Amino acid sequence: MSSHTGKFGEYGGQYVPEALMPAIEELEDAYERYVLDNEDGFMNEFRQRLADFGGRPTPLQYADRLSERYDTDVYLKREDLLHGGAHKLNNALGQVLLAKYMGKDRIIAETGAGQHGTATAMACAHLGMPCEVYMGRRDINRQRPNVFRMRLNGAEVTPVTVGRGTLKEAISETMRDWAENVEHTHYVIGSVVGPHPFPAMVRDFQRVISEEAREQMRDRAGCLPDSVLTCAGGGSNTMGLFAEFIDDEEVDLYAVEAGGSSLAVDAEEGVAPNSATLSTGTDGVLHGSRTRVLQDYDGQIMESHSVSAGLDYAGVGPELADLVDRGRVTAVNVDDDNALEGFHRLSQLEGIIPALESAHALSYIENNRDELGDVILLNISGRGDKDLETVLEETHGRDIENAPDIETFGATGGFQ
Amino acid sequence: MSSIAEAFADGPAFVPYLAAGDPDYESSLTYVEALERGGADVIELGLPFSEPIAEGPTIQSAIVRALEAGMTPTRYFEFVADLDVDVPLVCMTYYNLIAQFGDDGERGPEAFVRRAAETGIDGFVVPDLPAEEAGPLREACDEYGCELVFIIAPTTRGERLERIMSQVSGYVYVQARLGTTGARTALSDRTAESLERITDWDVPKAVGFGISTGDHAQRVIEAGADGVIVGSALVDIVAQGVERGDPAVTVADRLEGKARELTEGALRGMPAADGGPHPERT
Ligand SMILES: Cc1ncc(COP(=O)(O)O)c(C=O)c1O
Repeated sequence: MSSHTGKFGEYGGQYVPEALMPAIEELEDAYERYVLDNEDGFMNEFRQRLADFGGRPTPLQYADRLSERYDTDVYLKREDLLHGGAHKLNNALGQVLLAKYMGKDRIIAETGAGQHGTATAMACAHLGMPCEVYMGRRDINRQRPNVFRMRLNGAEVTPVTVGRGTLKEAISETMRDWAENVEHTHYVIGSVVGPHPFPAMVRDFQRVISEEAREQMRDRAGCLPDSVLTCAGGGSNTMGLFAEFIDDEEVDLYAVEAGGSSLAVDAEEGVAPNSATLSTGTDGVLHGSRTRVLQDYDGQIMESHSVSAGLDYAGVGPELADLVDRGRVTAVNVDDDNALEGFHRLSQLEGIIPALESAHALSYIENNRDELGDVILLNISGRGDKDLETVLEETHGRDIENAPDIETFGATGGFQ
Repeated sequence: MSSIAEAFADGPAFVPYLAAGDPDYESSLTYVEALERGGADVIELGLPFSEPIAEGPTIQSAIVRALEAGMTPTRYFEFVADLDVDVPLVCMTYYNLIAQFGDDGERGPEAFVRRAAETGIDGFVVPDLPAEEAGPLREACDEYGCELVFIIAPTTRGERLERIMSQVSGYVYVQARLGTTGARTALSDRTAESLERITDWDVPKAVGFGISTGDHAQRVIEAGADGVIVGSALVDIVAQGVERGDPAVTVADRLEGKARELTEGALRGMPAADGGPHPERT
């Protein structure tokens, strides 16, 4: 695995329009100098701002009631407590700061759940950079609180109306903006996807999760975990959590994807009712890199689906795809219903309302406790405030065993 | 001489683009044929991909219409075989469709280029494939005698420019301005500068992105280009036909008329026949 070639086994590379290549080469150079070599003390400033503005380090919490339920030690890495409510700030702050060091004067970003857009808008307000965020029309409707947050921080939010209006279309549209304004604009991509150096660079900004978690496990549990779990959409919290554990061969790594409503695909309609790219995708080229993608027989990219907007993507980071191919990471998936159950379970048992993305990972423990060993590290990648409306609606329409009785909302006129 | 080289050999080349199958298979065949009647020297025929990241709204919509009407790579090659045109054809598509083409025994550039060459495609332009990743496609093109066109942007300079120019064949696609495809009312002032950077290379230079009128075509040729590439201004005519529900013959006539305007514009831009030196080549 090398950061310098931009290839992870067969995956990675730089498949972008020529207009972007000079900017990507410039970014590669900046990544190597500022991030890898800490030129001008870039990494020191980044870490200081993560602490002061972001609130790092985030806690590692022993989850009493989950541990009791599963008769095992469950530790939670609380990225939901990072400023903004998700791990996304680690990357957004790193990239916006890097753009400043590079002398760029405008930031653009795509967002799915709105968490990355929110984090980027916050980082831009904090560092005094103008910011425009592209967001699919459908995602705007299902993640309204985050749209307001971005606007409050002064960012423009531009709806993307083509296709199904989710993350895939938002990334394509942001790349188009970048191709036009590349000379003074930096594109803050939201996950470990896209052309090199993004996958390596975003991983390195997210790596702080496992740097802290590994130390905290040592201090608190006196050992490394038997298994480490987290959700994977593009895979940035995933790579951030795994990075420092990859060489610990006795530690099992689980990437939990969205199983959606079914793992089957409707090739005729070009729809995969899931986002289980690592489990069911095939080798292809999407958004600048060769990786696993959800595609039809001809190579047309499919529309993915998940109840959680942040996991709803037809691609995945090339490094994660390679780690799965090599057997270092196990790719598993959890469907919409089970994710909702996990959402309610963590809310009830630990007093933590998780993001729907994170709920997928928790739910995997519920049904696979036996394979996970005696000490489990689970990343809570974000908090669930943004998902409340979705959860109310989705829970109402399904038979979720452990859901609270939400009819009471109906009685007070708050929900029907 | 390859058929593409011949197309550039006598006077400025007019290179129109349409997405194959937009808005449906049968109409699209007549539209492409109308371009030839209007004076096309080479035709860039788009094979629609679901994530066209180099395309502006006009061509994105064309691609959506073509996909919805059932265009696939296999149908595309049938389309090429059904076309009754006599000019060289360049297939414009995105790399994933090339990488996935074939059956499970053999997928990838080799299978794609072989099939394309068999059906009468003369070259390729793949906007999301930079020279660095183009090795396998370049090899397949060499094996089957096809040209591989590369795009150079206003930001392409120095070593990158040399690397691309050493791999390009057929013609070099000079992107007139940054951004995505789309018709513009004003011509980019970066065109002349971009052409100047590559005067030393002995490969035809065709300028695209934003050209929409005969007057634009004339000025691009005057600035030293060997050809003009026009997409969105033609696709706009197809889109307008769909919107108004016009019969295909009417739309085909309009396309032919627009093509003629652009062809004639390009001819007007040619250096005077008395052998006056081309302004950008002295
Ligand atoms: C809380 C949370 N977790 C996970 C993700 C998925 O992203 P990634 O797989 O890049 O970590 C998102 C994306 O928006 C998110 O908001």
